[in-house]
Amino acid sequence: MANNKLEEKVEIPAETYEEEHVHTVYEQIASHFSSTRYKPWPIVSTFLENLAPGSIGLDVGCGNGKYLTVNQDVFIVASDRSTNLVKIAAGHQPHAAVVADTLALPHQKGRFDFAISIAVVHHLSTRDRRREAVQSILDTLRDGGQALVYVWALEQKNSRRGWDEGHEQDVMVPWVMKTSKKNAGENGETEKTFQRYYHLYRKGELEEDVVNVGGEVIESGYEKDNWWAICRRSGGG
Amino acid sequence: MKVLTLNFLTCAVKACKSSSASFPLHPKDCELVSDTIKPDPRLIHNILPRVDWTALSTTALELGFPALPDQAPTKEQLEEDEKMMGELHTLLLETQINEGKLVCGNCGHEYAVKEGIANFLLPNHLV
Repeated sequence: MANNKLEEKVEIPAETYEEEHVHTVYEQIASHFSSTRYKPWPIVSTFLENLAPGSIGLDVGCGNGKYLTVNQDVFIVASDRSTNLVKIAAGHQPHAAVVADTLALPHQKGRFDFAISIAVVHHLSTRDRRREAVQSILDTLRDGGQALVYVWALEQKNSRRGWDEGHEQDVMVPWVMKTSKKNAGENGETEKTFQRYYHLYRKGELEEDVVNVGGEVIESGYEKDNWWAICRRSGGG
Repeated sequence: MKVLTLNFLTCAVKACKSSSASFPLHPKDCELVSDTIKPDPRLIHNILPRVDWTALSTTALELGFPALPDQAPTKEQLEEDEKMMGELHTLLLETQINEGKLVCGNCGHEYAVKEGIANFLLPNHLV
């Protein structure tokens, strides 16, 4: 079943594919998803904690706003594709949250001191679109401003899913949501499985994408089954 | 959506980004609500240098607030004038647009705000 969903990727427009296999899914699983997302990852926390007080930044693909709790001495305009997730994120003071698409961000170019985009860009289904997303984020930064991007790694053989080098990089990842007996399916099932599209990044791929769109990688590495990179616009130092 | 946010939002249409008319977005038919947010003078002091004061003045006037001074108050002025600090805090962080529209001065597109959440998704023909 999952393979059919991957095959259709080449047959339909990327936006349509992502609408079905990313956006609609998150909108339906929002509150369940949110309840499992509460612990900030160390490198992201450190990045946020080191910001100068009064810094203005973005959280592109903020989900439930998990990272908006880390630093309250800065002002973050968070955004996500899912209205249900943004409603949860909007509660975190002093920050703001809006519904927006990474490829059409409602922000001025060169205005922001920082941006984070954690576990987001890997949901875009073509390399061009993933690169466009990185570009879109870099464009919002002022000279010297930095962005932290975090994506799922192909090389995660010790994780529950155990993918590794040599595995197909485009995958469908299940999310199992229990529904109440009241909402049970036709056959009485009380569980529903959603498939979400991910592109698993191989080592070096994220850096290649940053450089390809004219960005500069300041630092990069691997943490908890993810590749991450801190980057800025070229010549913007 | 707090009023401060408008200082950091423009039209999402690529072609509008190069036009100065796309910032700030213009509130239309907006219903405002007041939230109570713990005062944080340090945050206001730190953020103020990054706020586009001209744009904020435009926004304040369009929302029906009394005109802001020509220039942003200095840190010293704010430290001496608690009332001004309180008013800034109320305007920037406590005043929320609950329902309404945000209009681009360049292309005229209107973004909806519902239950305090602004939606910047574009219809296909504008992407």
